[in-house]
Amino acid sequence: MTGGILLYAEVTRQGYVHTVFFELANKARELSAKLNNAPVMAILFTKPDMLPDYKEGFTYSGIDKVFVFENEKFGEYNTETYSNLIINLVKEIQPEIFLIGATNQGRDLAPRISSTLETGLTADCIELDINEKGLLAATRPTFGGQLMATILCKTKPQMATVRPKVFKPSVDIGYKETEFIYKEVKPEDFKENVQLEKFMQVYENDLNELDSAEIIVAGGKGMKGEEGFKMLKELADLLGGTVGATRGAVDLGYAPHTMQIGQTGKTVTPKLYIACAISGAIQHTVGIMGAEHIICINNDPNAPIFDVSDTGIVGDVFEVVPKLIKMLKNKV
Amino acid sequence: MKIALCVKQVPDTSDIKWTENNTMQREGVESILNPYDVYAVEAALKLKKAYDDAEITVFTMGPLQAESMLKDIIALGVDNGVLITDRKFAGADTFATGKTVSAAIKKILPDFDIILCGQFAIDGDTAQTGPCIASLLNIPQVTYVKKINEYSDGTITATRLLDDGIEAVKVKAPALLCILKSEFEPSRALINGIIKAQDTKITTLTLEDLGLNPEDVGIKGSPTYVSKAFRPEVKHTGEKHDCLETGTGAEIILNKIKEIGVLR
Repeated sequence: MTGGILLYAEVTRQGYVHTVFFELANKARELSAKLNNAPVMAILFTKPDMLPDYKEGFTYSGIDKVFVFENEKFGEYNTETYSNLIINLVKEIQPEIFLIGATNQGRDLAPRISSTLETGLTADCIELDINEKGLLAATRPTFGGQLMATILCKTKPQMATVRPKVFKPSVDIGYKETEFIYKEVKPEDFKENVQLEKFMQVYENDLNELDSAEIIVAGGKGMKGEEGFKMLKELADLLGGTVGATRGAVDLGYAPHTMQIGQTGKTVTPKLYIACAISGAIQHTVGIMGAEHIICINNDPNAPIFDVSDTGIVGDVFEVVPKLIKMLKNKV
Repeated sequence: MKIALCVKQVPDTSDIKWTENNTMQREGVESILNPYDVYAVEAALKLKKAYDDAEITVFTMGPLQAESMLKDIIALGVDNGVLITDRKFAGADTFATGKTVSAAIKKILPDFDIILCGQFAIDGDTAQTGPCIASLLNIPQVTYVKKINEYSDGTITATRLLDDGIEAVKVKAPALLCILKSEFEPSRALINGIIKAQDTKITTLTLEDLGLNPEDVGIKGSPTYVSKAFRPEVKHTGEKHDCLETGTGAEIILNKIKEIGVLR
């Protein structure tokens, strides 16, 4: 039993399978079609009573096999425990390809696994394909998104991580028989070098809104400071949206890191993205390419942001935005 | 407390120019200390201030020119510098880099308590090398560290900043921590620091010094390789309205927002 595509099914703190898994599942089926329908498999760590809740998610997204590690302690992620168990499983089943979501957990876990297995790992891919030799061709941005590199891997499994929202999630493909295979977990498999003392959920508005926002008003270095971002917040509030920022603005302390959009920040997919005083460095624009409509405001008509915008306003953001705010308040 | 600090010199990505055939114009591009490593340096210096017995050794892999970066870091109060340099190390991916750096740490500082890295490097932005070093040294890792709170009885307490919240964790040393951006005033080198740095001899390690197999380092020791590199295509789809004179930008935007139908 070797070969196939293995996916890591991350379970969130709230006990759901992370959406990025279903996005990976969708892509994996596409890759599988180019690999003589190689099996698509998943790894799941779960509390014993939770598996029934997850089963449908796997059967309806075309997963052939799920390897289940079941234990009361598996609500809480532990790098060493998880990676050791996964490494042993990978050695046993020898998949061709192993994909992991580039979440905080995935980015912590994947390099730990790949280096122990002495195999290659390509981070934050934006495209995955099978080349003419049947190898995984993983494309990712480098140098702040200014260059795209298609990376191949000499060793197996060929590993890659993909950020949430880069691929479309699997739509219901109909019922498919999924085999659930329980793997043994022994007490000595649990490592306790790192212990979680406390978790504080951060107010959702501060962290997660960018993921779900339909409207994002984002600012760059040209917002000149925190005051400029307050103005964007006012606009976002009036539109029922949320605020984002470029790395440049975050580095200057105008906005917190959690607002950062782009290659080192979040990838967003709003219906409307309003880019205010953002020049449009590719490291930023790679994170907004999934937006349905992009409006930009910039006083430099040659700024690259105009090339990716649907509606470009050559104008001073400190004139346009206050006027827009006023119009929205007056319900013009 | 022995601290190994791992840093990387990177091209200033905000300043890259490209030739027509997609190669980077290296001339005139400044090499800088990876901005995320600045926070790792700062975290190390904070530990040194808080614990009298703390000794920091900074490691970097790169060309000979990286020595001046190590001296700059030593001038801030770091004790020793190690430059891992050999032509054969060139072209290393994150795995080969991790292998080489972990071998250097084992050789120079086998009794380390803490390894500090930046969470990302701005050139590759893989966030892989830190966990890779931890894995190869078989020690625990803590990524996304916002703050190191305490070190006592061989246990480090730290705060992690994640997408869904904040974790307080305890980890047994020796351990590797990847440091995130934090709010602080960056340290400045003082004159006696600069003088000390001038007098500090940087230890240089080559492939031979590390006793690694040439097949295990650099481009040969890298499981991944770039098969194709290309500049992303930007397609111009949009309309551009020059509103600097007309002042009608707000109206155009409002109409557009209404047209898209996202306004609640």
